[in-house]
Amino acid sequence: MSTPTTEYTTSELMAATASGLLEDGRVIFAGVGMPLVASAAAKRSHAPNLTVVLEGGIIGPEIAPGRLPISTNDVRASRGAAMLTTITDIFLYAQRGYFDYGFLGAAQIDRYGNINTSVIGDRAKPTVRLPGTGGANDIASLCNEVLVVTQHEPRRFVEKVDFVTSPGHLTGDGSRQRAGLISRGPTRVVTDLALLDFDDSGHMRLRALQPGVTVADVAARTGFELPVHPEVYELPPPGEEILLALRELDPDGETLGE
Amino acid sequence: MPETVREARRLREERVTPETSKIMSAAEAMALVRDGDHVALGGTCFSRTPMALVFELIRQRRTGLTVSRPLASQECELLMVAGAADRVITSWLAIGLRWGLSRVLREYVEGGHIEYEELSHLSLGMRYKAGAMGVPYLPTYTMLGSDLPAGTAAREAECPFTGDTLLLLPAINPDVALIHAHSVDRYGNARIDGSTHMDVDMARAASTVIVSAERIAEPEEIVAGAASTALPHFVVDAVVEAPYGSYPHDCHDRYEADYDHFTSYVDAIKAGGTAAVRDYLDRHVHSQRDFAGFLGLVGAERLAEREASARELSTR
Repeated sequence: MSTPTTEYTTSELMAATASGLLEDGRVIFAGVGMPLVASAAAKRSHAPNLTVVLEGGIIGPEIAPGRLPISTNDVRASRGAAMLTTITDIFLYAQRGYFDYGFLGAAQIDRYGNINTSVIGDRAKPTVRLPGTGGANDIASLCNEVLVVTQHEPRRFVEKVDFVTSPGHLTGDGSRQRAGLISRGPTRVVTDLALLDFDDSGHMRLRALQPGVTVADVAARTGFELPVHPEVYELPPPGEEILLALRELDPDGETLGE
Repeated sequence: MPETVREARRLREERVTPETSKIMSAAEAMALVRDGDHVALGGTCFSRTPMALVFELIRQRRTGLTVSRPLASQECELLMVAGAADRVITSWLAIGLRWGLSRVLREYVEGGHIEYEELSHLSLGMRYKAGAMGVPYLPTYTMLGSDLPAGTAAREAECPFTGDTLLLLPAINPDVALIHAHSVDRYGNARIDGSTHMDVDMARAASTVIVSAERIAEPEEIVAGAASTALPHFVVDAVVEAPYGSYPHDCHDRYEADYDHFTSYVDAIKAGGTAAVRDYLDRHVHSQRDFAGFLGLVGAERLAEREASARELSTR
């Protein structure tokens, strides 16, 4: 009945790769959806001492299998937490430098890792009004480094975002620091095709390929010219331990079904 | 809203909030809200929303309100479509991740029917906090370099001590804050279990504070758990008893949100657009005498089931 661990969905692949980036003993500020599932799974496998922090003022929740939070502040999200503080306070911990990773999804991301979750089209008269920043801007502005997980589609990976909701490396070449931002910004982007990093100028770069994917496949699904790291390599398929942890948390495939 | 934090302070100085019973009905409490007021809503997204008070505000057909909230959800959709709110200040608006983009937000913003100010979560928090502290603004490093500040009241400035670029967030001193607590005594000493979200700052910043609660507690009970008191009585102007007062949203440790209720609400909007929201308001708000009438429609069984669901999640 259960799916063998040699088979996995696209979302499971992304979540497994992303969770593999999380080092044990760190503090991670995760958004709901894939970032939270990947973090909770890492905690159940290779990073038991990872501390998850959620926007609702929640520090160290224990996510119940099959009861994934829908919002960063709901009854499910605060289960088993060591501390419940205010929303503002959580972001002030981030500003103080306590959070090693911020972990975000992206509706639209550009070559400098800037993310748009606000509007498609003009701000004053948008074609599509998206839900907005929530805490994503603050996570991108204040966490020590930022990880992004998103599907690799040309409409998502654009030359320039319509609107910078969450700042990446802005226009590259130190512009992030010049704008006054005090943290590193995005360091890695995980997709169903690849692991991307950023070169010294802050431009996104192909670092590694998901199993069976070619450099040309990635180029074809990226809306801008993507430099390739001189030592690009192939990522291993998701291990059994992390897949089982992901499936235990999300048995109905609510987040990882496709 | 008071123009400056000093004006907000003057309003507070003038007011005497004695330690007397402030218990009143939701209808009496919402009569304290005037058309055009800035109303800050406690809780966030679908958590601890002061829904009983919001329903009453809509029932009384207030108009021209500015509504602010950390993450906005169904309550803001209802306030927009009811014609109560014509300006919204928030960091995010949708029902919840599972229900996709807000069709109401799309229609109202894309069609230019509402003034909408998007701030980052912390930026809004700093605005309430400045208001609560009685200072004109607070500095942060957030939102710098992004496109968000341009459409807002935030201003960049150079730090006089370090030369750093800072973003200054001006105080919000709402005319009214609506807060839903777990318990409150008759004087207004309010207890909130779980995260207090931005409730304490928005209440302390506001000129008038209305607290609804799951139940009215005896003052001795509040004293016994004094470290969990979120608001002292002198901040609070009105106390309203409202069991299940956040439903269909959640209340930490008491009941989970009613996700099926959201799904039927969103499905109706998908099928019938914002007319479905008007229909929802007619059935759940305008044809009911009070919030208890709405809860009667929902039924005791459903409420008990949501309570059981919250208990299952408890690790205590």
